[in-house]
Amino acid sequence: MTSHVSRVLAILLAVGCASAALAQQLLINGAGATFPYPIYSKWFDEYHKKFPKISFNYQSIGSGGGIQQITAGTVDFGASDGPMNDKQIQEFKEKRGSNILHFPTVLGADVPVYNIRGVTGQLNFTPEALAGIFLGKITKWNDPAITGPNPGVNLPNAPIVVVHRSEGSGTTYCWTDYLSKISKDWETKVGRGTSVSWPVGLGGKGNEGVSGQVKQVNNTLGYVELVYAVQSKMTYGKVKNSAGEFVAASLEGVTAAAGSVKDMPADFRVSITNPPGKTAYPISTFTWLLVPDKIADPAKKKAIVDFLHWMLTTGQTMTSALDYAPLPKTVVAKEEKAIAKIM
Amino acid sequence: MSAVPSAVDTRPPASSGGAAAFWKRLRAGDEIAIATTFLSAFTVILVTAVLVFELYQKSAISRHAFGWSFLTSTTWDPVAGNFGALPFIYGTLVTTALAMIVGIPLGVGAAIFLAELAPPLLSSALSFLIELLAAVPSVIIGLLGIFVMIPILQQIVPPVQDKLSWIPLFSGPFYGVSLFTAGVVLAIMILPFIISISREVILSVPNDQREGALALGATRWETTWNVVVPYARKGIAGSIFLALARAMGETMAVTMVVGNDPKIAHSLMAPGYSIAAVIANEFAEATGDLYQGALIELGLVLFGVTIIVNGAARLLVMSTEKRGSS
Repeated sequence: MTSHVSRVLAILLAVGCASAALAQQLLINGAGATFPYPIYSKWFDEYHKKFPKISFNYQSIGSGGGIQQITAGTVDFGASDGPMNDKQIQEFKEKRGSNILHFPTVLGADVPVYNIRGVTGQLNFTPEALAGIFLGKITKWNDPAITGPNPGVNLPNAPIVVVHRSEGSGTTYCWTDYLSKISKDWETKVGRGTSVSWPVGLGGKGNEGVSGQVKQVNNTLGYVELVYAVQSKMTYGKVKNSAGEFVAASLEGVTAAAGSVKDMPADFRVSITNPPGKTAYPISTFTWLLVPDKIADPAKKKAIVDFLHWMLTTGQTMTSALDYAPLPKTVVAKEEKAIAKIM
Repeated sequence: MSAVPSAVDTRPPASSGGAAAFWKRLRAGDEIAIATTFLSAFTVILVTAVLVFELYQKSAISRHAFGWSFLTSTTWDPVAGNFGALPFIYGTLVTTALAMIVGIPLGVGAAIFLAELAPPLLSSALSFLIELLAAVPSVIIGLLGIFVMIPILQQIVPPVQDKLSWIPLFSGPFYGVSLFTAGVVLAIMILPFIISISREVILSVPNDQREGALALGATRWETTWNVVVPYARKGIAGSIFLALARAMGETMAVTMVVGNDPKIAHSLMAPGYSIAAVIANEFAEATGDLYQGALIELGLVLFGVTIIVNGAARLLVMSTEKRGSS
């Protein structure tokens, strides 16, 4: 009888302790970009294991949604594949009465993928060829702009079927940002954005939609995330960088691109497409965490600051396993200083 | 109302019965039944009204910027902030029309077979399977479209196109994704609605109708086609209206196979875009009030288009009914 009572007591005690622990739990909410979601969830999970009292809830609803929610104050941090523009920052200041800080977390890259019957190797693409194809000016695979850098490859006299992302995405922002930088024509006619008015091509939903379309239709050319191309073992083309070298996208090449940016602005809002440097891969981008510089709750503030430090040190060692390029050391050092701006 | 003389008013004065009469009526259940069912109906109407109101209000910025030209413009340029709905309206109407053309004969045919001609055991087994089809998530149907249907269509369509390329509707290169593909996928999605509702309606036709026709010497098929189906016509039409609304609003499966290209193509084999698909694709990343407003206005446009098409379909059914009864 007594053992029965003591067992009940023990259970009650355990439940009590658990609920007390839950009460002390600090939940930090975030929302935004889908591209870094795998590495973010890994980070949040590892961090929670190390500091069980702190847990993160991250909703990968898209960069636009992340910017909206942090501006509306419904989350503690946002995340975006493209930096907030001046107008958005102004709106944030007006609504929240504080500034927004951008913290680069990892790097991503876009690669051209294609499917041409009989062509198995890595094709070389010049910036002019890519811009021409996506503008609809280069329409055949055997155009001299494509055959020129690919001697010995038998490219067919067939129309190029262009495939792009149909939904708004950071991947598209990176791709169109690159095209805008290397082609005046593209910049004036189409421009950069998470979704644009495409002169030619079919829209596939998501990386899987684009790659599915490319795989199923002959003579197609599309673009996908490097992570996605590597994990789904697709052949992707090399792209000529501003130093004149044809570079295949790799984690090292992407980190090199970020490291070669000469004047990193203090707010890290910088596009790293088409950077200088012989080894730099030209179509890559940072992805950012968006954190307000004033956090009222001291516990939350401490947790976010601690997490940012951890992300820049331990966190960076976990990126390569998930095919994300880590930040260059120069950027990490600069970010460590920027964290002090959070008050 | 004051013109009506009080002597004509046959209603009992409100105070005459008093509380006792009220409780008596209440106990009889009528008042409760009326109140609860009215509340149910009113809730649905309220939700719809709030929806339209919200769409109207949230799209104000876009409505003021573009006016009626939003409906006729063919540009959709998020970078420049220039928005027009016409290619999406076109795509929605074309894919829905294709779905109905393929879906109605197949669906009604299957329903007639299952209800009238098939052995009962086979009928209930098949009906169960068809109702399962309605529960398949649309993203799965879309994936089946990409990985199963498109490769098959790529084998079938080009040879047929070679023979029919003089018809503008079948001209141009076929990439797999197209208005046609989306129409076929939609037809598959609406089939369970048409079949299961139409089957129930046909089953509920009173047996006297069949016996009467058979007694007059009609064959089994004549009975079905000339007596049972006309009797069930209203219910069958109802199933088609439901399917129509479903086809117009379908999002995920369409966007996966339609090609997502906002152009007005004359060929069914060309890629297109639909209203629901563009909203789903672009809303999450739409930054800027005008962009969001334009997407919300597209929602309003879809609502309007659905009302117009549904209304037209109802008028069509009413006109055939009159002809049938005369």
